[in-house]
Amino acid sequence: MEHLDQLVQQAAADFAAAADSAQLEQAKARYLGKSGSLTERLKSLGKLDPDARREAGAAINAAKTAIEAALEARRNALREAALLAQLAAEALDVTLPGRGAAPGGLHPVSRTLERIEQLFGSIGFIVADGPEIETDWHNFTALNTPENHPARSMHDTFYLEGQDEVLLRTHTSPVQIRAMQAHVERYKDHDTMPELRVIAPGRVFRVDSDATHSPMFHQAEGLWVGENVSFADLKGVIADFLRKFFETDDLQVRFRPSFFPFTEPSAEIDVAFMSGALEGRWLEIAGCGMVHPNVLRFGGIDPERYTGFAFGMGPDRLTMLRYGVNDLRLFFEGDLRFLSQFR
Amino acid sequence: MQFSEQWLRTFVDPQLDSDALGHLLTMAGLEVEEAEPAAPAFSGVVVARIVEAEKHPNADKLKLCKVDTGTGELLQIVCGAPNAAAGMKVPCARVGAVLPGDFAIKAAKLRGVESFGMLCSARELGLSEDHGGLYALPEAAPVGRDIRDYLGLDDTLFTIKLTPNRADCLSLEGVAREVAAITGSALRKTEIAPVVPSHDARRAIVLDAPEACPRYCGRILSGVDAKAPTPDWMVTRLARSGIRSISALVDVTNYVMLELGQPLHAFDNTKLQGAIHVRYPREGEQVLLLNEQTVTPAADTLLIADEARALALAGIMGGEDSGITLETSEVFLESAFFAPDAIAGRARTHGFGSDASHRFERGVDFELPRRALERATRLILDICGGEAGPVEEALAADKLPARQPVRLRTARARRVLGIDLDDAAIQSLLERVHLDVRRDGEDFVVTPPSWRFDIEIEVDLVEELARLHGYDNIPAVAPQGGLMMLPSTEHARPVWAARHLLAARGYQEVVNFAFVEEAWERDFCANEDPIRLANPIASQLSVMRSSLIAGLVDTMATNRKRQTERVRVFEVARVFERKADGEPVTGFHQPMRIAGLAAGSVLPEQWGERSRAVDFYDVKADVEALLAPRNLNFVRLSHPALHPGRAASVSLDGRVIGIIGELHPVWVQRYDLGSAPVVFELELDAVLGARMPAYSEISRMPAVVRDLALVVGTDVTAERVIDTLRQAAPAVVREITLFDVYQGKGIESERKSLAFRVSMQDTQRTLEDAEVDAVMAGLVKQAETVLGARLRGAGG
Repeated sequence: MEHLDQLVQQAAADFAAAADSAQLEQAKARYLGKSGSLTERLKSLGKLDPDARREAGAAINAAKTAIEAALEARRNALREAALLAQLAAEALDVTLPGRGAAPGGLHPVSRTLERIEQLFGSIGFIVADGPEIETDWHNFTALNTPENHPARSMHDTFYLEGQDEVLLRTHTSPVQIRAMQAHVERYKDHDTMPELRVIAPGRVFRVDSDATHSPMFHQAEGLWVGENVSFADLKGVIADFLRKFFETDDLQVRFRPSFFPFTEPSAEIDVAFMSGALEGRWLEIAGCGMVHPNVLRFGGIDPERYTGFAFGMGPDRLTMLRYGVNDLRLFFEGDLRFLSQFR
Repeated sequence: MQFSEQWLRTFVDPQLDSDALGHLLTMAGLEVEEAEPAAPAFSGVVVARIVEAEKHPNADKLKLCKVDTGTGELLQIVCGAPNAAAGMKVPCARVGAVLPGDFAIKAAKLRGVESFGMLCSARELGLSEDHGGLYALPEAAPVGRDIRDYLGLDDTLFTIKLTPNRADCLSLEGVAREVAAITGSALRKTEIAPVVPSHDARRAIVLDAPEACPRYCGRILSGVDAKAPTPDWMVTRLARSGIRSISALVDVTNYVMLELGQPLHAFDNTKLQGAIHVRYPREGEQVLLLNEQTVTPAADTLLIADEARALALAGIMGGEDSGITLETSEVFLESAFFAPDAIAGRARTHGFGSDASHRFERGVDFELPRRALERATRLILDICGGEAGPVEEALAADKLPARQPVRLRTARARRVLGIDLDDAAIQSLLERVHLDVRRDGEDFVVTPPSWRFDIEIEVDLVEELARLHGYDNIPAVAPQGGLMMLPSTEHARPVWAARHLLAARGYQEVVNFAFVEEAWERDFCANEDPIRLANPIASQLSVMRSSLIAGLVDTMATNRKRQTERVRVFEVARVFERKADGEPVTGFHQPMRIAGLAAGSVLPEQWGERSRAVDFYDVKADVEALLAPRNLNFVRLSHPALHPGRAASVSLDGRVIGIIGELHPVWVQRYDLGSAPVVFELELDAVLGARMPAYSEISRMPAVVRDLALVVGTDVTAERVIDTLRQAAPAVVREITLFDVYQGKGIESERKSLAFRVSMQDTQRTLEDAEVDAVMAGLVKQAETVLGARLRGAGG
């Protein structure tokens, strides 16, 4: 019996010495093959008497099981080693950059306009739009600014050659008129007109060009007309917007009396941050006021029944404050080194 | 308007420091743009008298002075000023004084002689650039008095930006009236007693256009010394208002305008002939103005004329040859009211403005002319001497601006402002600004004074209430409204979706000007007659663009100059074309477009990818992605901007919605682009249109896929082959996809191979092989018949 134990030990040692599966199969053949030593033992059992055969058979089978187990263990070990070798060979330099296309981005002022639309959208403002070549009537007259009104000199207006009645809009306020007219038309057969809440971002034009003025720039007009819209509401909406836009309560908002022909009372809106580079400075960011009764009338709305507020803010300025841009002209120069910073 | 705080405080002196006063003005709607000190900081300088001035024993150019600074002891001071002389009064910085720039004065030895202080020039005190010598003070200056105190240097210069509705504040008295109203401090108006005439010379005045000029006061002052010096106090107040002293007569007219708000004009009376007429111009009439400009006034520009000629543009500017000079001894002084409508815009049409037109077009108090005339008369007589004649006043009382009572409903005021102002508070606020307030039932009936031109309707009073109550005292409330959901459509996408899609595909958004160089319109759009600006800011910004492409090409050129060769940019903006029935502005079509440009390598520079220049098909994929899942048609196109063989129109459902192509090599060269970019421009409304998805049944049966390679002429487009195959395809053909294009070895020249994958499936049953074979044969037959195609590998 010691002999069988030795055989098992020898087989286990041979299997362990096999460096790969071919060597392992050769070693297996030496024990379990047709003329393997264990197979020979089994063949020789026939010569024994039945009792001895049963006893020796059991011993040989136990040895066979042990050898097969050793074989399987070695097979698994080799398989695992091969896998590990393969995985090691397949290892990547994970620090190499990812491949493929890189994203572009939106213009920084577009980011601001999108957020303006979202923030006002969240309290029910819909987006309205108007032409950039605009009629004198929409840009001035309907906004309570008749010809020769001193307020017209506040805007240096671009006119078109050979055209008296059209101009490049100097502000987004004409959208107020168009939005009111469309709203009135839409609800003309209804008993009550729902509230009108619109936000109208867009490009506007003035004859002005220096470090702080561009002949084309952005404005975002807002308008809310309803049966009980007040100056206190205007203050509430603007203050809410500014805190949400700048994502801070750490700012002060000031409404300062001003004059626009199309609103009354009118105000300039200043903000001051309580920390950061601009700490404590009042910065003008919008004009606003209660819609002038004449403007409501031009829009087809009864100023006795309805009141409203309007505001026009400077998204370029808001963008500069938000991202710390110090030169307005960068927005319109198309320099990718600048624009790609806002991805 | 700029003015001195000290001058303002002679009219009203609230218990507020300069900062608080500035804030108060701003919050009252008189925005303080700047508040600057009148003089830089310095200390220890007093009025002194030079008692002795002798030559310095050791220096030719220095003087040894004995100076009285009021201490009872004379100071020895060495001084190098050429004008230092005994008896002169000058500013003296004593030992311990600190001059501007932190320059401390100490006792010193100069060429062996001790000196205890410094005698100062105006420049050394930061008062002017004058350093020709010591600042000579008037003989009356009290020795020993602090110079800051004596010259009133602890003053602030306020610059306020007035809105056009508040012309009543274009004077010291006007600003003071406002400050008094808001603070409750007493207003001290200038006492003006009429000057009793001492001769009887008078000049008749005829109001030919009484609507435009309903009141004109004039008076002759004779025996005036026009060369008399303007007193220092007046020079200082004018200077601190930003007005240079010119001559006593001119200074007085400016002074009274600043003080009271009434523009005046002084004529040389000897240059006038007969009566003064206030009239409109005659055909071709010209006026030579004070600014030496000769103008031919428009028919609606009011003139001051005498019986011989036009003298001045009324309320705008005087004439060169009827104005006063230093030789003038007889003055005709004008103080009139011109209606805002008669002045507004007129100066601007001639390309200039004046302090007078600025005031008249906004509205000057029509009760002021006589008072201002008396004030100016008094000042001229006091400064220049002379005799005043009687005031001649021409008046069309019925043409003066009416001051109609305005009704204020208190409930309305509360509703518009959103605050609870009680009636007593309303009345008191309105009365503070000198409005005449009467009660009528629940309402107030309010009549504005002659200096207010901005109170005509109820809301003007509401504004006044808000301003006087204080905008800061109106709460900011969260508004209440009927909650209604906003529409959300699947039939269109927001423009942001298109922007983000292009950004995700590597494009950077840019914003270019709507006005461009005329050459761009010609080159890129063949537009010889663009929409031109009447007043462009520069020639390269002179016409409205009808395409966004030129701007993107310019962006590429700009970035190339900055060493950025790979450029992918897009813009969403309006373009402008003439169109007779354009909407919403007649004559113009101004649609929104979305345009892109790609140049340089298709991918950013990176490892492991072969670098390849972006081409037509890369950009075509971007265009298709923008409109996916809708099918587009591309048809070869001739376009001035584009390479004739590499350009296509883009159509959607039969409508041409844009173009795509490689930039024409001529422009690549002319605009120095280095390599040809691929560009596209699409109508935004088409891009943003969307189709609501609709369900169709998914087959549970297996699909059969067969490939089909067809050899066709090179001029046969892929789209045509697919369309042709589809015509012959029965319903079981689900998809025909192009997967390979081949030209070259094995294919004759002039021909190309297109390989298609045909996917077939029935919803109800498995397709038989024979059936599939028949379909494929049908497709091949159709291609052979219609396109002259043959199966690849099948002979020929």
